[in-house]
Amino acid sequence: MAALAFGIIAFIVVGSALGLVLKRNPIHGALFLVVNLAGIAALYLTLGAEFLAAAQVIVYAGAIMVLFVFAIMVLIPGKEETGPDPRRRYRLLAIPVGVALLAELILIAVRRGGVPPRGPGSPGGVETIGRLLFTDYLFPFELTSLLLLAAMVGVMLLAKRT
Amino acid sequence: MVPESYYLALSAVLFAIGVMGVVVRRNPLVIFMSIELALNAANLALVAFGHRHGSADGQAMVFFVMAVAAAEVAVGLAIIVVIFRVRHRLSVDDLSLMRW
Repeated sequence: MAALAFGIIAFIVVGSALGLVLKRNPIHGALFLVVNLAGIAALYLTLGAEFLAAAQVIVYAGAIMVLFVFAIMVLIPGKEETGPDPRRRYRLLAIPVGVALLAELILIAVRRGGVPPRGPGSPGGVETIGRLLFTDYLFPFELTSLLLLAAMVGVMLLAKRT
Repeated sequence: MVPESYYLALSAVLFAIGVMGVVVRRNPLVIFMSIELALNAANLALVAFGHRHGSADGQAMVFFVMAVAAAEVAVGLAIIVVIFRVRHRLSVDDLSLMRW
């Protein structure tokens, strides 16, 4: 079961990575990268790193990819979404896909069996990582805040029109 | 249970694909995304090593890599936007400004 899950996720991850490198349109590349990052988050889950999986989705697939897509949109103007939609029939597929996703989520919420809840002291949990960050890795952790501040100031300076 | 060596092999494949993207592509945005891919491959290897030794240190390191990647993306994209503002083109072949 675990091997099967690993195989499927590995296939998705490698395929989306190849899509990023081989596709010509950068927007397609960005979407492939989102799939790739989500797949890696799933791999973190299989390794028992729950906190990192959540952080991966929030920081990478959320914040960083929004920045990328935003930059692509600003720098590479594409066709605007006006006029009749030439692929309307394909886009209507979004409705059954959305319904299937909803049904799946409800099914998971109702059944909720399978995986036993892990205790607070598990090696991938928030408590363990937090304790580690604020004891052994306190100095690097504080340096990270300085780094982020420097990046923020630098970006503002760069983006300012002189 | 899947052995860690599988994760390491997958990480190596992803890293190679990322490096390939950096070398092959000309759009700096795609090059940037390929770098992110390679970073994630390294992160996966770190988590796999941590899992093998049953310690959370690898995960703490991945946390720092994520923070550095966030800062790097912000600064890098700002630089790309500024370059685009000056040159009105987006290809690394044009960017020989700092070469003598």
